[in-house]
Amino acid sequence: MKSRYKRALIIAAALIVIGVAALLILNALNSNIALYVTPSEVAAGQAPKGQVFRIGGLVKQGSLKRDGLTVHFVITDLVKDIPVSYTGILPDLFMEGKGAVIQGRLNPDGQFIASEVLAKHDENYMPPEAKHALEQAQKSERKE
Amino acid sequence: MIPEFGHYALILAFCVALIQGVLPLIGAHQGRREWLVLARPAAQVVFLLLATSFLILAWSFYANDFSVLYVAEHSNSQLPVIYRFGAVWGGHEGSLLLWIFLLSTWTVLVSQLSKSLDDFMVARVIGVLGLITTGLLLFVLTTSNPFERLFPAAQDGRSLNPLLQDPGLVFHPPMLYMGYVGFSVAFAFAIASLLSGRLDAAWARWSRPWTTAAWIFLTLGIALGSWWAYYELGWGGWWFWDPVENASFIPWLVGTALLHSLAVTEKRGGFKSWTVLLAITAFSLSLLGTFLVRSGVLTSVHAFATDPRRGIFILIFLALVVGSSLLLYAIRAPKNTMGGKFSLSSRETFILLGNVFLVVAAGSVLLGTLYPLLIDALHLGKISVGPPYFNSVFVPIMTPLLVLMGVGPWTSWKDSNLMTVVKRLWLAGLVAIVAAILIPKVMGDFTWLSSMGFMLAFWVIASGCLQIVRQAKAGLPTRSFIGMQIAHLGIAIFVIGVTMVGAYQEEKDVRMLSGETVSVGGYQIQFQGVSDEPGPNYRAMRGTFSLMRHGKVEAVLHPEKRNYFSSTMPMTEAAINAGLTRDIYVSLGEQLEDSAWAVRVYYKPFVDWIWGGCLLMALGGLIAITDKRYRVKLRKLVA
Repeated sequence: MKSRYKRALIIAAALIVIGVAALLILNALNSNIALYVTPSEVAAGQAPKGQVFRIGGLVKQGSLKRDGLTVHFVITDLVKDIPVSYTGILPDLFMEGKGAVIQGRLNPDGQFIASEVLAKHDENYMPPEAKHALEQAQKSERKE
Repeated sequence: MIPEFGHYALILAFCVALIQGVLPLIGAHQGRREWLVLARPAAQVVFLLLATSFLILAWSFYANDFSVLYVAEHSNSQLPVIYRFGAVWGGHEGSLLLWIFLLSTWTVLVSQLSKSLDDFMVARVIGVLGLITTGLLLFVLTTSNPFERLFPAAQDGRSLNPLLQDPGLVFHPPMLYMGYVGFSVAFAFAIASLLSGRLDAAWARWSRPWTTAAWIFLTLGIALGSWWAYYELGWGGWWFWDPVENASFIPWLVGTALLHSLAVTEKRGGFKSWTVLLAITAFSLSLLGTFLVRSGVLTSVHAFATDPRRGIFILIFLALVVGSSLLLYAIRAPKNTMGGKFSLSSRETFILLGNVFLVVAAGSVLLGTLYPLLIDALHLGKISVGPPYFNSVFVPIMTPLLVLMGVGPWTSWKDSNLMTVVKRLWLAGLVAIVAAILIPKVMGDFTWLSSMGFMLAFWVIASGCLQIVRQAKAGLPTRSFIGMQIAHLGIAIFVIGVTMVGAYQEEKDVRMLSGETVSVGGYQIQFQGVSDEPGPNYRAMRGTFSLMRHGKVEAVLHPEKRNYFSSTMPMTEAAINAGLTRDIYVSLGEQLEDSAWAVRVYYKPFVDWIWGGCLLMALGGLIAITDKRYRVKLRKLVA
């Protein structure tokens, strides 16, 4: 085979690999992205419906209630509160009054069913998304 | 007074590193011998200065000198001595110092083990490494000085994050950094050869063992990190596609491609530009990883409080390194470097294809890692890209790579007859198909994904075994060959572990009262209760669980919930009963009502094969480095 064809074939093979990978990536990105939403946005009905998303905020003081393995608590940006329920074991750093990020979906009566509670590994660390939610809420308060 | 000496040593190291980075390069360019011979002594002085500085920081930790801000923030007087040592790199400043110290260690090793290399090349390699050292030292001195004083001195330190109080901290970061930083040697060799215009097989032969050494450390470092996360974080996962994990995995993928591409350059003189580009990319990605971890732009399990301003400096440094090396590459990269002619069914083609898969995989992981940052930077909202993305992209890209891995080693350079290869491989194909049908049957649940995993793993194993037998008949195989086979076997073992855990693990979160039993994977686990136990710098709630099979007690497990005195956060210590074919993993959640506890019980079949496979990969690399042709070089050196 002529070396010109050979090179063309090798390049074509590489392009096919890259093309298929690009398709895979686009497809996977489409279905596996979780949007961050603040509690105020959820209260205003701006949360994606029937889709998984994440909420960042503070765990409201005194809101944590246990019912066997299921826990109920409220996540807040100090303006709006969103009730959350989660079944399973909470991470070590999950505490009332501390920042948290949770992933899950909204059920029809406005309760957030968490599938995952994410906590960080440092007690003095505030998840940037939780901080962002608090700042957003403060800003919109001032405007009003 | 002693910490100030550490600081002075750092400043001096910066000055000498500047000399090491500038004069030898100019000397090599203008042919001034008196300048380029400075390279070796300068590198040695920098190493000694950095070692001094590093030891002084370690001593400050050992002596509990809380007038040093960094010590006060990351240690306290109750911390056991071994963790005080680990705490040296438990924070930002110290881990950067470790980074630079290891960089100068590599530099000195290169300068000592390259005596038979010509002075011009040595001067250039050490010069490039000197420039990197200079840049990073500037970063440490201006933004992250570990010797900064605290006045008045703290009574006691804030303590090390309890999560880090584990032997994992002592070994994982140095291993990982050794690997990360080691790619700088391959990078320096590549840049030096571009500068000199001498991209030949000798260059590849020189840089190959260094690249392999770095790759070994990176492999071990990542595996250690994964194992640490598995037993320490209390979630029982071994890989989370966390951005910081990805930051170490992307250079590994590119480094693996580089290893193989270097083989072609060494043996056949081909793929030169491609190899150089990979060397530049691997190191740039290591730097990018450092940037991602140290700048605090990422939300990740590794995101301890960080300072975003530092990110700007690393970003500029990164842009300088990548920009200047790519510019140099564009100007000097040799044209037409496919090397000697090779046919489509040659080993060159297989390595090239493998390279494409590895690089595409690295690209897809990089994209998933950076995508949230990109979206945020463009003010399009905040998003997260989760593990499902990585799994659904990464697995399909790796599948054909494993198929290639079974065939590639059978082909010969230049040209080989694919029909003969196929004739020799039919048995391996048969083994793979039998494994794909049989193993899921034995495990009790057939899924296409697990079936495919076993097929690929046994395809690679059988192909490797057949080839070893064949080679052994023909005479003693070279160490390169043995190393390659063991590393490939490691991949297969790893794939078996991943497939088994993915398909057949059982995870149960349950509420348990004392005396109750839960069963997973054919075992019964009985909760015996929780007692109060004191530790050196914490109090623990210690659970007792009996692990039973067929009514007989096989082991007693003690997971703990610890409260460290210096911290308000509780810490979960899982208890693991490890075995060759399964791990039983028990960890305590929180106390519910009365004496009931939330308990996490996992059955993880073949999970240890994941890390065992990584160990085999590293072992394979180690055997390959000791190959005769590199030893000849060493013997010459001694003579």
